Amino acid sequence: MLAGGAATAVVATSHASARTGDRPAADPAPVKVSFKVNGERHDLTLDTRTTLLDALREHLHLTGTKKGCDHGQCGACTVLVDGVRINSCLSLAVMHEGDDVTTIEGLGTPEKLHPLQAAFVKHDGYQCGYCTPGQICSAVGVLDEIKRGVPSHVQADIAVSPAFSNLELRERMSGNICRCGAYSNIAEAIAEVAGEKA
Amino acid sequence: MKAFTYERAHDPVAAARAVAARPGARFIAGGTNLLDLMKIEVETPVHLVDVQDLKLDRIEPTDAGGLRIGALVTNTDLATDSRVRRDYGVLSRAIVAGASGQLRNKATTAGNLLQRTRCAYFYDTNMPCNKRKPGSGCAAIGGISRQLAVIGSSDKCIATHPSDMAVAMRVLDATVETVNAIGETRAIPIADFHRLPGDTPHIETALAPGELITAVTLPKPIGGKHVYEKVRDRASYAFALISVAAVIQPDGTGRVALGGVAHKPWRDEAAEAELPRGAKAVTAKLLAGAKPTHDNAFKLPLAERTLAAAMAEARTTA
Repeated sequence: MLAGGAATAVVATSHASARTGDRPAADPAPVKVSFKVNGERHDLTLDTRTTLLDALREHLHLTGTKKGCDHGQCGACTVLVDGVRINSCLSLAVMHEGDDVTTIEGLGTPEKLHPLQAAFVKHDGYQCGYCTPGQICSAVGVLDEIKRGVPSHVQADIAVSPAFSNLELRERMSGNICRCGAYSNIAEAIAEVAGEKA
Repeated sequence: MKAFTYERAHDPVAAARAVAARPGARFIAGGTNLLDLMKIEVETPVHLVDVQDLKLDRIEPTDAGGLRIGALVTNTDLATDSRVRRDYGVLSRAIVAGASGQLRNKATTAGNLLQRTRCAYFYDTNMPCNKRKPGSGCAAIGGISRQLAVIGSSDKCIATHPSDMAVAMRVLDATVETVNAIGETRAIPIADFHRLPGDTPHIETALAPGELITAVTLPKPIGGKHVYEKVRDRASYAFALISVAAVIQPDGTGRVALGGVAHKPWRDEAAEAELPRGAKAVTAKLLAGAKPTHDNAFKLPLAERTLAAAMAEARTTA
């Protein structure tokens, strides 16, 4: 720990440019932030380093949102902010003042599942289930993005509005990894909901 | 992650002033790259200036017939804009070829230009890296270098710039607009914005400390067929081994820039003049003087073939 800390300090001070700077000896004071989660307003006082993911899990005890890689590579932490899917692990909680966050807990309840939750159950779109909340939040985002005409890499003509297809779905869901490999069932679950809406 | 203080800025000059006034301060917008690097302490800002309220999130026509893209326009919104899709298709195509949907929803236009290399030795704080720790050496030279640069590199650094969007911006001759702490503005041609590593690979752009990107402007549309061809290790959500941004005119002339080969988007107007003579003639000039490693020598023939594919695509695109 000490050696690592010292090495990092050398890095910080050896940069010749504006990257150097004096770090306060004590940790900076926590910062207040307020945002809505699943319709309910929360007022938090957080260390500035707290990610949105850690605020949800560790401070609000909404543990449905999962921490996989913590680097934006796996998608397990996907939530909707103002209706748009993002990686909550790569976003600072203090930057979400006034935002409206939706997690898996806000999409449905055990008694009244969101259509995507029901479809994942019906099509067995998981094995261990760890990636599932992120997959479902991401899928909610994907269906809305297609509706709003957000283009994708697999479109033959970038100028036209996209249409739902298996190829589109697989491209658009590529930020969500399922290590159990339940992809084909995940794709079937999402396709069923897209079909119902189409 | 190292501790830092945080403030939310409300106008661009105030934001620039806040960063310029404090050594070790940084702007944060989407944060997808900065926060990732802060977690592993490759980036260790002492103070973050949040720029999300600066109202730089609009895409507007310019008097010259082009578009001014606010620095905070997200990658998703930029790729989705109907004017961009119609007149600058290569830009939309490049953006959707990169990252994931979640990241594109957060990542901004300016942040995309400023993202750091994905060289594994830059990320590994146990290894020497002249970009992360100037003077410490380069572990990538003689290391695993499959993804890394084949041209424009130095004996200090063989990192590549990871952006797809920047390659399209280069082929479109975009201009980066900035403001500094005393309100002075600058317009930097994209060709001059990213630097080659030379002896100072830690200095990556033409920006001065505290200088804030406010917009990226595109000149008026140039027509032609717009193609972005990307070759990577998996079908989606991976960085380019080679990418080609091309705008090809009906007479076979056009513009070409390569991604995945250098410390910046790689374009040479003299090489483009060879376009009517085919991909081999272009890449022979464009990559003349290349110094690939044992691991990435495949990029030279791959670049030619990827350009050939892009040119074929341009001939068939409706």
